[in-house]
This record gives sequence, structure tokens and C-alpha cells, in this order.
Amino acid sequence: MAKITLNNLSHSYVPDYTDADLVLRDINIDWKDGGAYALLGPSGCGKTTLLNIISGLIKPSKGDILFDDKNVTSLNPVERDIAQIFQFPVIYDTMTVYDNLAFPLKNRNLSDTEIDSKVKEIAEMLELTSTLNNRASGLTADGKQKISLGRGLVRSDVNVIMFDEPLTVIDPHLKWILRSKLKELHQKINRTMIYVTHDQTEALTFADQVVVMHEGQIVQTGTPVELFEKPKHTFVGHFIGSPGMNILPCQIKNGQISFAGQEIQSNSKIKINNFQKTQLGIRPEFINFSDKGIPVKIKRVSNTGRHKIIDTECSGGTIKVLSNASTEIPSGSAQISFDQKYTYIYGDNWIIE
Amino acid sequence: MNKTINQKAWFFVVPVFVLVAFNAAIPLMTVVNYSFQETFGNNVFAWEGTRWFKQILLSERFHDALGRQIAFTFIILLIQIPLGIGIALTMPKKGWGVPICLILMSMPLLIPWNVVGAMWNIFALPDIGFLGYSLNAIGFDFNFTQQPGDAWFTTVLMDVWHWTSLVVLLSYAGLNSIQPAYYQAAEIDGASRWATFRYIELPKMKKVLTLAILLRFMDSFMIYTEPFVLTGGGPGNATAFLSIDLVKMALGQFDLGPAAAMSLIYFFIVLLVCWVFYSLMMKNEVRS
Repeated sequence: MAKITLNNLSHSYVPDYTDADLVLRDINIDWKDGGAYALLGPSGCGKTTLLNIISGLIKPSKGDILFDDKNVTSLNPVERDIAQIFQFPVIYDTMTVYDNLAFPLKNRNLSDTEIDSKVKEIAEMLELTSTLNNRASGLTADGKQKISLGRGLVRSDVNVIMFDEPLTVIDPHLKWILRSKLKELHQKINRTMIYVTHDQTEALTFADQVVVMHEGQIVQTGTPVELFEKPKHTFVGHFIGSPGMNILPCQIKNGQISFAGQEIQSNSKIKINNFQKTQLGIRPEFINFSDKGIPVKIKRVSNTGRHKIIDTECSGGTIKVLSNASTEIPSGSAQISFDQKYTYIYGDNWIIE
Repeated sequence: MNKTINQKAWFFVVPVFVLVAFNAAIPLMTVVNYSFQETFGNNVFAWEGTRWFKQILLSERFHDALGRQIAFTFIILLIQIPLGIGIALTMPKKGWGVPICLILMSMPLLIPWNVVGAMWNIFALPDIGFLGYSLNAIGFDFNFTQQPGDAWFTTVLMDVWHWTSLVVLLSYAGLNSIQPAYYQAAEIDGASRWATFRYIELPKMKKVLTLAILLRFMDSFMIYTEPFVLTGGGPGNATAFLSIDLVKMALGQFDLGPAAAMSLIYFFIVLLVCWVFYSLMMKNEVRS
């Protein structure tokens, strides 16, 4: 078990790279021992690259990786003592479930009795005991993924267990079961776990801390609540939440925000205004219909069962509003107001606090 | 739901039925017909029952040819399969080396059998051939036209040269279909190079290797043209494999009855070995 630190990490897949070739730029993270973290971002944002750099499958172009203040940048995966679970289950087809779980221990020359007790303990934990003597290739996808996970768990020397979208090939109804199993395991064995996904539900339910990545950069690290209530970057606002945050162009003059010809109160304290672009961010959850406010036209109302999503339009652009399914929605034109506490101003996509 | 019954659709099968009849069923049945009869010329036939089958199965000549055939097939499989896998493992996985290796590997496969035989015949001639001359120059007494051991050596070498590529290409395709995650997982699990080969690469290549072994077994067991051109079955009968012996019997001696019986026995051996081998290899496969 270890604390993981990434220092000024950058990576490019081209040997002589320019700034445009970087798939990861200036990553700095401190991950506490025993935490459950999620790396969240859309496909191609560099999260799998980052994961492979931590596991040692890829050497970074620049920067250092530290496990408990020990620099491991030049070490290979075996020397780093990590475990990784891949998108699709990786099992040794010709072996039994038992031999699959015993394989990493045999390679590390443990005694047979040690291997036996460890394998049985982990099989018990993963509910694989009844299938131990079956050929691994005969199991279902979730059973196979449990074996992949088990091969990481049997080793007592593991610094960190990493998951690269491990539920991709699992049936939806089993996803829930396996995900809660993971959460339960994390509490039981208390090891550092890093979970890579593009699915916000998976990230937010699994992790204590979510790291959101966008175009090779970390845009925000925080608890699920922080990401929701105070996105530090317009991308986080867009990406987290369904529907995402409304990001609307606004003007700032003498510290006053004006949007659609009206003055808006926000939670941002504007001291300087030298941005190329200023935007106002407000989540659909924090917009209410009221007697006075911004005049809008109601374009469309869609009912999701628990909520109504209302598309409205004003001179400043399209605004989505989320309200309870029971709320009466005015038709035609209406007025809306923003909750000041959750209204933020973004200068060149970054929050002004 | 009621399906419309329309037997007219059978007419669509007629062309293929005729085709198969003329290129497989009728010739095969002719052979079956010959195997039970004696011919006297002028299309006079006499019923002989199973006499030819008994004669062939008990004949020393057939036993010898079969023995040589089994030995040849066994030797070339023993060389070509490991060698093919070995070459496939060392071939580059990406970059400019890939097309070069693939083209080099395909070359021998594109050369017609009789040309391969002729090439190796000249190549191995002790007086003018590069291989034969060189071997003699460095002190070996090499003459494939007179010494049985040398004839075998040349025939095996020729077959290895001609067909190892097939095993290489199939193994290479099998290796390339393995997802990188398997290698990464093995690396993380601390597997040695041998363990990675034994538990990941070999099982993942199982299907293509089964195919490679079957193809190489059938082709080498039925080999005719190359040894015919290279050694003509000689010296003596040293390299007279089953096909060569069969052609001698059928066309050289014109013993149609025994030759037909031998063809059928030959055919059943190939069929039986393929079936047993395939069933054994696929026994543990999960049906998906």
C-alpha cells in the first residue's frame, strides 16, 4: 500500500514531440493511501494513458511517479507491485479458476501452502469458491472479470489496484452487483484503487474523489458533490450532470455581470476582467420560474418520469431548466431566475471564485 | 405461423448436385467399382470381392510405403510446426519489416510443386548444384541420387523450405489477434517469457495451429509431385511414398484393381487421422 504522487507528468506517443503532440500535459496529483479514486473523462482524453503510466506499462515523456516518496518512474510493472484490471476480462484459458488465481503467486515463488490459503481466501471473498476447479474459459463475462480482479487481490504486496473501464463487457443488471461488490471490497481490504471510466454514474458511485480529465489535462479533482455544485471548468459543468450545466455567454462591466440585457448576481467575485471570453454557468437544477427575471420562450418540455426538462430560449441563448415532474410549467413565455449561490462566472473556461 | 410448402426450390440445388456428382461422386464410385473387380482389357470385368483389399493390407510393399510415408510426415511436422511458430514469434509486429517478412514468407508458397522439385533437384546435384557441390567441398560424401539417407535429407529439406511458411503465416495471424491487454496482464502477474508463451500465446494459437497441423498432415501425407521430380521415388524405393507407389501400381503396372483398393485404404487413413486429431483438439473447446 502506498501514497501515489505524480509530478509534472507529460506524455507524447511521438519521440520528438511538440506541444501539440502531448496526450498528457503537466499532471500533478497526490493520491492518499487507501483511497478510492476515479479518473473520469470522455474517450481520448488520456485517462488510459495515465493509468498505463502509473502501472508502468508506458514510460512518461516527462515527469516523475512516486510511490510513498520513492521514485518508481523507471521501474517495470512487476517491480512496482501494482495490479490492473482491463476493459475485457483477461484470463488464462487453459487453466482452472484456482490456477488462474494462483498464477501471480507461483510466479513470485510462494510456498504451496501460502498460495493455497491465499487463493481460497480471495475466492471466498469474490464468491468463486464453487467454481475453483472449473476451467476458467467456461465462465460468464462477469465471472471472468472477477478472476481478473482476484489475480490482483491475491497478492498482499499490491500498492494500488487499477481498473480500466472494467464493466464495459458486463451485462447492465450485473454491473450494479459487481460495482457494489467493488465498493464493498474496497472497504474490506482498504487498498488504494483507481478506477478509470467515461461513465459519470460509475465514477460518482465508486469513488471518494473523482479526477476529471479533459484533453490531457486534469480540470478538477473533488468529491462528487463538489463536482456537481462548483465545477471549476466549463467542461466539468458540461460533462457531469444530466443534462449538463448551462454555459451562457455574458458581459462584465465594472464588476457587474450582464446577461440577456439583465444584471445577474453570482457567487463569483470578479476583481479583474482581462479574459478573452466570459461565460455564466448555472445548472438546470438551480433555475426557477418566477414573476420577475429573464424573459424566455418555452420551446419543449420532456418528461423523464421524476423530472421535467424544459428547453427555453432567450436573447442570450438556449437555457435548460430542470424541475420536479409535479411542477406546473407555464406555456408560451415565462420568466426565470438563477439561484445566486450556484451561479458562477467562467473566464476563458476556468471558474472565477 | 403457417409456412408455405413449395418443393420447387429443390430445382435450385440441381446445378450443384450435378457438379458434385461429376467432380467427386462419380470418379470416386468408379474407383470403388474397380477395387472389387479384375479387368482383362476390352472392358471385361470379373468380380473379385475383397481380394484386392486383403492383398494390399497384407503386402509388404504397402507396409513399407506406408511406413516411409508416416516417417516422412512425422519428421516434417516435427520440424515445421516448432520452426514455424519460432519464426512467427520473432517476426516484427509493426513497421516496414512486416510487409518484407510477409512477402519473403509467401514466396515459396507461390512456386508450383514441380518447379520446387526441379529447383531442388538441380540445387542438390553433387557435381553442379550449389548445395550438393558445397556439401562435398566441405568433406561430406553427399549424393542424393545414390544414397538413401541423402535422398531423405534433401526431400525433407525441400518440404521444410516449401511449406514452413504456411505454418509461419498462420501462427503470425494467430499471434497478431492477441489483444495487448493479455501481455500487459502477464507482465503484471510476473509471468516469465516462457510462461507467457505457454499460457497466453500457445492457447490463443490453438485453432490456427490445429489448422496448420491438419493442412500439413494432409499435404505431406499425399505428397507426390515434388519427390517425383526430385528423386522419382529412388534410389531404389527409398523415397517411394504412398502416392508415388500408387501411381507406379496404377499406371506403371496397370493393376487397376489393387491400385483402386489401395486408393480407398489411403483415403480412409487420411480421413481417419484428420477426424481423430480434430476431435481431440476441439474436445475442450467451449461452444460459444
